[in-house]
Amino acid sequence: MSENIQPNESRPPGEPAELRDPQVADQRGLFGVAGTGDTSGFGGLVRHTTAASALVSTPRPYGEYFDEVVDVLTENDAIAEEAVKAVVIDRGEMTIHVAPDAIREVCRVMRDDESLRFELCNSVSGVDYPDRATRLHVVYHLTSMTYRRRVRLEVAVTVEDPHVDSVTSVYPTADWQERETYDMFGVVFDGHPNLTRILMPDDWSGHPQRKDYPLGGIPVEYKGAEIPPPNERRAYK
Amino acid sequence: MSRTETSDQYADSRDTTEGRVFTVTGGDWESITQAVDPLSQERLVVNMGPQHPSTHGVLRLVLELEGETVTEARVVVGYLHTGIEKNLEYRNWTQGTTFVTRADYLAPIFNETGYCLAVEKLLGIEEQIPARANTIRVMMMELNRISSHLIWLATTGMELGALTMMIFGFREREKILDIFESASGLRMNMAYVRPGGLAQDLPEEGLVKIKQFLKDMPGHLREYEDLLSGSPIWQERTQGVAYLDVSGCLALGVTGPVLRSAGLAWDLRKTMPYCGYETYDFDVATHNGADVWGRYMVRLEEIRQSLRIVEQCVERLEPGPVMVADKKIAWPAQLALGADGLGNSLNHVKHIMGQSMESLIHHFKLVTEGFRVPAGQVYTAIEAARGELGVHAVSEGGTRPHRVHLREPSFINLQAIPAMAEGALIADVIAGGASLDPVMGGCDR
Repeated sequence: MSENIQPNESRPPGEPAELRDPQVADQRGLFGVAGTGDTSGFGGLVRHTTAASALVSTPRPYGEYFDEVVDVLTENDAIAEEAVKAVVIDRGEMTIHVAPDAIREVCRVMRDDESLRFELCNSVSGVDYPDRATRLHVVYHLTSMTYRRRVRLEVAVTVEDPHVDSVTSVYPTADWQERETYDMFGVVFDGHPNLTRILMPDDWSGHPQRKDYPLGGIPVEYKGAEIPPPNERRAYK
Repeated sequence: MSRTETSDQYADSRDTTEGRVFTVTGGDWESITQAVDPLSQERLVVNMGPQHPSTHGVLRLVLELEGETVTEARVVVGYLHTGIEKNLEYRNWTQGTTFVTRADYLAPIFNETGYCLAVEKLLGIEEQIPARANTIRVMMMELNRISSHLIWLATTGMELGALTMMIFGFREREKILDIFESASGLRMNMAYVRPGGLAQDLPEEGLVKIKQFLKDMPGHLREYEDLLSGSPIWQERTQGVAYLDVSGCLALGVTGPVLRSAGLAWDLRKTMPYCGYETYDFDVATHNGADVWGRYMVRLEEIRQSLRIVEQCVERLEPGPVMVADKKIAWPAQLALGADGLGNSLNHVKHIMGQSMESLIHHFKLVTEGFRVPAGQVYTAIEAARGELGVHAVSEGGTRPHRVHLREPSFINLQAIPAMAEGALIADVIAGGASLDPVMGGCDR
């Protein structure tokens, strides 16, 4: 080690500084490979990631029936202006991001308005995005049988304040699905008639589908080799 | 009261001037009816399940009874929760099919196809799926619909007292499982449908079996009808039982044969087609009874319509690839049967081990790492045997799903049990529950 090394906290101790080319300061490994180190050609696939907590609406016009749905929804007097946070069109599907305390009213308008008529609430589920500020998302899929349309509503809350209005008074079918989302993600649905666990035992602690909840599992021996449980196996990032 | 030597335990007697007079006891109900019936004031709570032959697996019902009338029914699920959705997040996208196929174990092809359609939509390759793969998918789904409805006929027949139906239903279902076996090597949980196409092509042997099945099945269907439809017991147990009309179905999210038995012709194969269903000629079965009988009629008709679709599939089946051409997604194998079971074909192994280093790397990367799926979320829905099977898949751009949620028709439809059962007889709870055709593997996932 030469004497002109300046202490640098970002560098592991014992690593010579002059070997680090400032141009490729991000590189690690012997071959100076950037990215995944993929030589198979797979690296050619462009990897899209969603920016953490950035909620950007798709610019208008959205196309298909999407403009009409958003217009009718936002023009309704029962819907506050800040209730609709963003509208995202992706892969021919529309996602309307809604404020957590407005979801019930939005659902009611979606169901009752004659030019919307989303009679069926297909699915309520949760998604955990651990990198985002509002990491717990509740996703509602609605179907209009009259107009043969589908729409996705999405609500995002924090772990510290995971309160979302229950839509069971609008769509009774959401009953069990909200219970499942509570069970798996810990989202509390205000106004739900019986918000208890549904799939896990009543005395279970924790919410298994959250990303910080481990999968668990035990190592298994196979022909003398020990196979680690799935969540400890090598993963490709 | 004087007793004689010939006294009767149930009839005291005494001698009078007219002769011996007997007083018959034991039939005296007045004292009982005068007292307040304790049963009418007492809630009788009966626990049914989770281990019960009539609850289709580990479903638990807590029934509050007044005599034989159900006043309150509560459904308890979760006894078969296996964490399939959580496990998917720790496997690559292709491995996911082996998990989802085990959710609703009576309709594995639907789970696989629903999941694969979601992955394909995320990848943006829906248009690239070869025609042969789509045709075989449709054919397998319809065969699976038949086998699932056969199980329904079999188990419901058994639960309502028609034991012969159970034997018949399972007998014909076995023929369909034979077809699945010749196509994939497995009777159930085949993981046959993969993102991008199919695990392998349908062999000639499978096609022969399908054609034979198409020949035999209409006769069997008549047999079932002869057994059940005319039977007064079957009619009594099903007609007007477990009524649920269209608005009830929609409020509770009930789809599939139950919704169609209420008269609404909502079938995703017609209303929001996928896999090219719009090119097939078939009718949507409906009934307006909204009862168990209606669901029976709808399912029988659906078996007939499925046979029609399978026939059309057989006609239009052309030789061709069953996997997308994109080698970055297509599973790098042509499976063949070897001495040690099903595995990579020898030619493929020769190629990657002896001729092409790039192919070896490619094979290794695709099998161990898997393909990357661009970030985003999709919801795809197909008409499974029990109703709408929706798959909400979320990718964050990695080789593993960020989240996959199955909108399982069994789970949603079971919410309708209280609406059907309350106010009815306890025997009708069985008929009503069975008419929903719940599969707990799918319900609890």
